[in-house]
Amino acid sequence: MSALFVQHRAALAAAFRRLWATPLNTLLSLVVIGIALTLPAFGYVALDNLRELGRNASGVQQISLFMSLDAGRKDVGEIESRLRQAVGSQWRFVPKEDALTRMKSSEGMAEIVASLPRNPLPDAFIVEPANTEPAALEALRREMAGWPKVAHVQLDSAWIKRFDAFLRLGKLALWMLAGLFGAGLVAVTFNTIRLQVMAQSAEIEVARMIGATDGFIRRPFYYFGALQGALGGLLAALLVLAALRLLAGPVGELAALYGGNFSLRPPGVADMLGLTALGAFLGWLGAQLSVSLSLRKFD
Amino acid sequence: MIEASNLTKRYPGGFEAIKDASFSIGAGQMVLITGHSGAGKTTLVKLISTIERPTSGSLVVNGQNLSALGRSAIPHVRRHFGLVFQDQKLLFDRNALENVMLPLHIAGLPRREAIRRAQAALDKVGLLAREKANPIALSGGEQQRLAIARAVVNRPTILIADEPTGNLDSESGLAILDIFADFHRVGVTVVVATHDQSWIERYHPNVLRLAHGRVVA
Repeated sequence: MSALFVQHRAALAAAFRRLWATPLNTLLSLVVIGIALTLPAFGYVALDNLRELGRNASGVQQISLFMSLDAGRKDVGEIESRLRQAVGSQWRFVPKEDALTRMKSSEGMAEIVASLPRNPLPDAFIVEPANTEPAALEALRREMAGWPKVAHVQLDSAWIKRFDAFLRLGKLALWMLAGLFGAGLVAVTFNTIRLQVMAQSAEIEVARMIGATDGFIRRPFYYFGALQGALGGLLAALLVLAALRLLAGPVGELAALYGGNFSLRPPGVADMLGLTALGAFLGWLGAQLSVSLSLRKFD
Repeated sequence: MIEASNLTKRYPGGFEAIKDASFSIGAGQMVLITGHSGAGKTTLVKLISTIERPTSGSLVVNGQNLSALGRSAIPHVRRHFGLVFQDQKLLFDRNALENVMLPLHIAGLPRREAIRRAQAALDKVGLLAREKANPIALSGGEQQRLAIARAVVNRPTILIADEPTGNLDSESGLAILDIFADFHRVGVTVVVATHDQSWIERYHPNVLRLAHGRVVA
């Protein structure tokens, strides 16, 4: 067993002991860290669900492709072939005769349609792309507009753009919130470690005199910071999960009132592990800053 | 083993605690650094043990020039020394055994091995029966013996002490002297700063006499 491994194991054990030695302080710190991480994490999950809601909203992602009036069966076949190659896209063809029939059936339109010398409506395709990102939709629209005998391609992009802008704004606000609360977490760890360094100044002084390296002295504090942050992150993940469980029922009922079947998507295991790792990183960062400043007096 | 040449230590403000000192201490020697208060004994001990850095001159210990030593190398050099202070610098939040185990933790020894060696060191200074005691419950002499156990547990090549009997009665002081003499007998280089003349009478060691920061004998 290498000396470094032994020292790391001892430092980790020391970090656990310090957490356990002052349970109330530990609990309060974890609550502060947990809440600080819960707010941006919950915002992230909420935005993720909103994005999903937008993606699932019926009709929003449709692209209408109108052929030229002089387009024949062969041209329609060409477009069908191209659409088939558009990976993941679902589409249906609306012949101009069907469109005219539907128009005739609309109230008050029969006479108007009957007075027309010929069918003014074009053949059309209704396309539902798999990738509903605004940029992807816009790219697909541009591509379709370049196809032969295509007169017009219509994408309800204004709604999508507005929704996307809202999501982007939400994301930015979330990053700012996450930055603020992250800084708060770093500050909490910084102060906890600073107090620990003060309380253990005798041990640090003696250890330095008898050959302790910087790494040996710093390691238990780093582990403590990372461990406290990780536990805070885990607490935040559990709080988000609990909040989503509580909200799942009312959101489902609300969606049903609008005729949908939307349900909240909880964070996955990877998300929860990510939040825990983020907490650990921020805790380590706080410890790193605190130890670097606090140990200067021992140099 | 310890070679000083024109060694000078000047503190901020200009006070020179050690002035142009040159001396040599061979491996396995027992050397007393003596002199009146303020002569520079403690500063010299701190220089040898790398707690202080020289202002000028050279100080070579175990073939390493301490004056040119980088910051990161200092801890590794210190592990070759066993340091005993007048105020012991024991940790009162742990028992005697755990105090002695600290240098072994720093060296990265597995816990079981560290316990075995710490107990052997405590046995050597006659404190094995008190291994679970908190240092605060020990007498002054016992505390100093505990500090010696901590200093020797890592099998140092040089045992350095600063006034190790300064706070002890004569009987306890003599017991400490005997422990240092025992380590000297098994080949450890012993360097002790003291104004206690009983060392000289009892063991006739080599003496490095300081006056106003200069080596005078």
